[in-house]
Formats: sequence, C-alpha cells, structure tokens
Amino acid sequence: MAVAIAAARVWRPNRGLSQAALLLLWRPGARGLARSHPHRQQQQFSSLDDKPQFPGASAEFIDKLEFIQPNVISGIPIYRVMDRQGQIINPSEDPHLPKEKVLKLYKSMTLLNTMDRILYESQRQGRISFYMTNYGEEGTHVGSAAALDNTDLVFGQYREAGVLMYRDYPLELFMAQCYGNISDLGKGRQMPVHYGCKERHFVTISSPLATQIPQAVGAAYAAKRANANRVVICYFGEGAASEGDAHAGFNFAATLECPIIFFCRNNGYAISTPTSEQYRGDGIAARGPGYGIMSIRVDGNDVFAVYNATREARRRAVAENQPFLIEAMTYRIGHHSTSDDSSAYRSVDEVNYWDKQDHPISRLRHYLLSQGWWDEEQEKAWRKQSRKKVRAPRPGGCGGGC
Amino acid sequence: MAAVSGLVRRPLREVSGLLKRRFHWTAPTALQVTVRDAINQGMDEELERDEKVFLLGEEVAQYDGAYKVSRGLWKKYGDKRIIDTPISEMGFAGIAVGAAMAGLRPICEFMTFNFSMQAIDQVINSAAKTYYMSGGLQPVPIVFRGPNGASAGVAAQHSQCFAAWYGHCPGLKVVSPWNSEDAKGLIKSAIRDNNPVVVLENELMYGVPFEFPPEAQSKDFLIPIGKAKIERQGTHITVVSHSRPVGHCLEAAAVLSKEGVECEVINMRTIRPMDMETIEASVMKTNHLVTVEGGWPQFGVGAEICARIMEGPAFNFLDAPAVRVTGADVPMPYAKILEDNSIPQVKDIIFAIKKTLNI
Repeated sequence: MAVAIAAARVWRPNRGLSQAALLLLWRPGARGLARSHPHRQQQQFSSLDDKPQFPGASAEFIDKLEFIQPNVISGIPIYRVMDRQGQIINPSEDPHLPKEKVLKLYKSMTLLNTMDRILYESQRQGRISFYMTNYGEEGTHVGSAAALDNTDLVFGQYREAGVLMYRDYPLELFMAQCYGNISDLGKGRQMPVHYGCKERHFVTISSPLATQIPQAVGAAYAAKRANANRVVICYFGEGAASEGDAHAGFNFAATLECPIIFFCRNNGYAISTPTSEQYRGDGIAARGPGYGIMSIRVDGNDVFAVYNATREARRRAVAENQPFLIEAMTYRIGHHSTSDDSSAYRSVDEVNYWDKQDHPISRLRHYLLSQGWWDEEQEKAWRKQSRKKVRAPRPGGCGGGC
Repeated sequence: MAAVSGLVRRPLREVSGLLKRRFHWTAPTALQVTVRDAINQGMDEELERDEKVFLLGEEVAQYDGAYKVSRGLWKKYGDKRIIDTPISEMGFAGIAVGAAMAGLRPICEFMTFNFSMQAIDQVINSAAKTYYMSGGLQPVPIVFRGPNGASAGVAAQHSQCFAAWYGHCPGLKVVSPWNSEDAKGLIKSAIRDNNPVVVLENELMYGVPFEFPPEAQSKDFLIPIGKAKIERQGTHITVVSHSRPVGHCLEAAAVLSKEGVECEVINMRTIRPMDMETIEASVMKTNHLVTVEGGWPQFGVGAEICARIMEGPAFNFLDAPAVRVTGADVPMPYAKILEDNSIPQVKDIIFAIKKTLNI
C-alpha cells in the first residue's frame, strides 16, 4: 500500500532550483551517504572541477538570478481517501480496515463528541471552571491513534482527547481530571483537559504552547537509543508551530535522526487569530522539507487519510530513524475554550458549513452506512447509550492506576 | 454646606416665603472605574499623545485583548498601532525590543507573565541590559505588560508571580499596580519612561471598580515610578504589600482596627526601584513590620524588604523580627480548596500581624 505522496517530484541535480524545491525530497533507499554516516563524506577536492565545494549545501551552480517563489497559490496538495460523502475515491487507497476497527473509530469519535457536549455544559453550569472541546477535529485524533501501536508515546497540546479516548481511557478519569476531585489521579493539581496517563503512554498535557515539541524529539531520541521499535507522535496546532520551540524541535529531529511523527492539526484558528495572520507560507507542511523532513498534507476530516498517512509514517520512521511531518487540515468548529466566544471573529455560516457539510463523524458514518455496518436504529441506540455512559461512568475503570 | 450654597445659588425668580425653593448642592457621584478600564484609558491617552507608541501581542487587536484590556483600541487606531502577532513570545518580544531600539515606543503584551518565560532572554539580555552595555548610547524605551500572579483555577503554569524575578535585574523598572488609580498612573509613566518597564497587572483585579479621584481623570495623570503610597495610616504595625494582596491587607486592617490595632498599610506600587524610604519611615514609627505578597517566599519581595531593613536605620527601631506572608512554596494546584490555601488570605495576614505584635 503506497501512501500517495502526491506530487512527489524527484529532485534531480540538472533541474536546478527553478522548480519548487519546497516539495518532498525523495531519496532512494537510505538517506544518502552523507546522512547515514556520522561524518559527512566529502568529495575529493579538485580545483579543476567547477562544481560547488561548499559544505553548507549540496547543489549545482546557476548563472541566472532567480528567487524561489513561495508556492502559496497552489500549495502542497491534500491527500484524501474518502470524499465528503464518505465514498472511497481511489480503491487502491482504501485501507480495508475490518468492521470492528471502523466501528471503534466511529464510537470513539462520537463518544468524545458526547463527552465534550456534557462537559462544556458543565462549565456553563459552574460545575467545572474551564473546558476545551474537540468539535470537528475528532478525525485527526482517532485516525492517527488507530495507526499507532498502543505503546507509542504521545505528546499532545490540549485538543487531542480523542487519542486517549481511542486508547480506552475511562470516562470517569476524564471527568475526575476536569472536576479535580478525589478520584483524579493527578490529585487536583492541573486545570481541566490537562490529561495524562502513564499506562496509555500519553504524556501529561502542559499549558505553554509548543514546549512538547522538543521534548517529544528527546523522547524519540531515547527510543532510538533503546532500540525500542517505538515511535513518538507529537501533536500541535498551526498556531503553536509559530513558537521558537517548534523550529528547534524540527531541526533537532532531523539532525538527530529521530523516529518521530510531527502531527500538526491545522484547524484555521489560534483563538481568534486566523491562519492568514499566523503565517504567510504554505502552511506547516511546507516547512518540513526546509528541515529535511518527509512531509505530507492530509484531509484531517477524512479518518482513512489520516490513518494511512500515520501508518506509513510510523512504519518508516521506525525503520529508517527519520522524522515525518503530517499536516492534517481540519476546522475548529467549537470555540477555543469556554473563555472564548468565536462569534466575535467568525461567521456562524462558516461554522455551520463545517458542521453540516464536512465533518469527520458524518463522513465516516456515510461510509459505515454504505458498507451496511451501521443503520439509523443503531445510531439512535448508540447516542442514547453514549450519553448514559458519560453521565454515569462506572468506577474502577483504570484497573491499577495510570 | 449644601444649605449655604443653596442660599447663594438661589435662582433670581422670587418664590413666596411659604414655598421657598433651594438648590441642594449634592456632591457628584464618585466616578467608579475598573482596573481594566483604567489601563485601557492610560494606553489610549498615550497612543493618542505620541505616534511612536504602539501595542503588540497575541489577540490584542480585533479580539480586544485576551482579557479585554485593549478593548476598542484597534477600532480607534487600526493595524499600524495595534498589532496582532503570531504565537511566539520570543518572536514578538524580540521584535518589540528591536523596534524600541530603532526609536519606537512599543507596549509588548504577554497574555500572562508566565508566557514571558518563553521570551525572557529578550526581556533581560536585550531589553534590560542594553542601555548599560552600550555605555548609555542605546536606550530601549519598551513596556512589557500583562497579568501576573495567581488567578482563579488556572493552575501552576498560569499562576506564577514574577515580581521577584524581574525585580532582581538591574536595567529594568518593575511596577505592580493595585487599584485603578495605580493602574492608570503607572502605565502612563511606564510608557513615557525611556527605560524598559515591566508592568505586573493582576487578572482578578481587572474587573474590580475603584473610585477614581478627579486628578486621575486628567490626561497627564502620572504616578511616579519608585514611590510607594500609604493607603492607610496606622501606629502599631507597618504592613507592606503590592498588587492584589494590598486589598487583603486593608481588609485585615479593618478587622484589627475593631480590636484596637491600627495598621499602617503601604502599597508599594513599584517593585524596582523599591521605595525603601517610605517603608523605613513607617517602620521607624510603628516598630513592627509584616510583608505580604502572592509570590513564593524564597528570594521574594518580602525577603528583599527584610534584608534592606536590616541594612538601614529602621533596624534599630524594630521591636520584633519582621514576618513575611507569602504564597505557599508549591506550584499552584488547581483544585479550589488547594488553591485557596496556597495564596495568602486575610486570616493569614491577621495571624502574622498578631504574632509580630505578640497578641
């Protein structure tokens, strides 16, 4: 199963720099002599050769003055497997996941959605002080979580509760953390949604943005040293990618050759700051090649696309000890948090479009329906059941502490 | 007074003796202004006064500020003066420092001072030290402002007090307003000051209204940096504080006053340069000292005050060791009961005062 790294252009020396060098760098096999050896092999230096000898770049000379144009009009294309109606577009890209797995994906997303609604209301009722919903981004969580091993280490930002949900973190522990009550394994130390679970390899959420990025790289380096056959996945938003820590993290992951997946949730907004004010380049995916990182952009609302990309990235990251960058395009349907009212900076129509026309849950439901694996009756029953589960979770779910 | 002025101001129309009308001259309702609005006013006036002043930070423009402190400013001054930045404290602090070096007068807002740690190299190594390192050639007229210290239910990474950290560094001025008057006067002085000034606001104080004296309503109302204010005169003990705890000290003083203990409450207003003269003069009068702060005890503001008291004339006037009331020496927990017990409460201040006075 080949991941359609669409528009991969093999970079050939005699094509010069006029083609957008910002796209994927594809090198056959191992990453070239220079990378896999601890000391770079240098060409025999001959003054008769008119080739560049600079240690800083491996390139040909050009005698025409030409600036590389940042390619923002037709940016890196967005990989998807399903269309907006949940139909597989290219059958060879269908991951052919078994029914139980697809149902688990669906139930994780919907259960998260239900829990979000109830906890958001709880905040409005004054029962908890703060909450952040995941509306619209559920696909990015479960698609990626499903593609990983259960022991792969997860560093999140704060909008990745679906990863924990997929890993069967008990509902009562989600709640206990938000309520800061006696059942909270974090002993009421952290603000709501700052989950952490050692047993499920989910590093405790930390508030300052992007600090998890260099930390994830360090953890990946440790995994490499330990020959652990383990990948680290690091989630962050497109806003957090503006932080200096992100730059350091990317650079180190590449130079230290770490088995890490950088997963960027590009949801269009950082509180009220739209992407047009956050960056001027072609999103986050375009930055990857600048660091020497294999990169891809996917439709984050397409669970199968997220799954495929993460699966392949994981396989190669571990096999080849190199970082991968996945930019999942999605949309933040909810407010930034309970302290925000997004109607102040975006139209209700825009939000409604994503809610009604391009939602990861609806798209997967269409797929399930077309496969004959789900129907309206089950939908109704599941909705009722999930509300019941969230309202009255059974105690003792973690079985031994996280 | 009202009656006399009524007689003087009586209208010219004659009224029959039975139905004499008098004007009653009631005092105008005192103007109540919240701390948020006071800071907003201060910034607005300075933006108007000097074109080189501008505000930058996350969410400060159309969103009106994460805590709405810059409400209306973007609408009034536009993109050139009120600038939303991408999420990089180090980035925009660095840009602000550069702009200040080039002759502009930036106000750099940190969403909270906790996030200033991501930019602290720019604040200390670039803003604070440059004037000295350049032998006086390169001033950096910048203001760093934002909420500091504990809020409510925001846990460890949103609740640290940076008064001691920034107060430690030569080259910086550090102010910590308590009420609206402080907030407006200090932000204006900070913006007009040619040095880098750190303005430590407090999120919980933003919505609190205070009476705004008439002089504070002037566009040239400035509070001098480096001067403390005695909020309440007293004779038995000096209680020194800054920011929100000043209010708690006044509450404690009110309670103790009923028991016959008169506390002199000093609002520091400025952390650096600290107004030791006012504190010393007060201690020399009362012979007792309690310091109150929200920050951690070790190497804190109270520690500095105690050290300086020992080094100065007031030491010989102390009848008891000075006592510090501080936040608990732990990262701020989230659960309400834990949080309440991690910050100095009125009862803690009363306890410390009574202990010092041996009553």
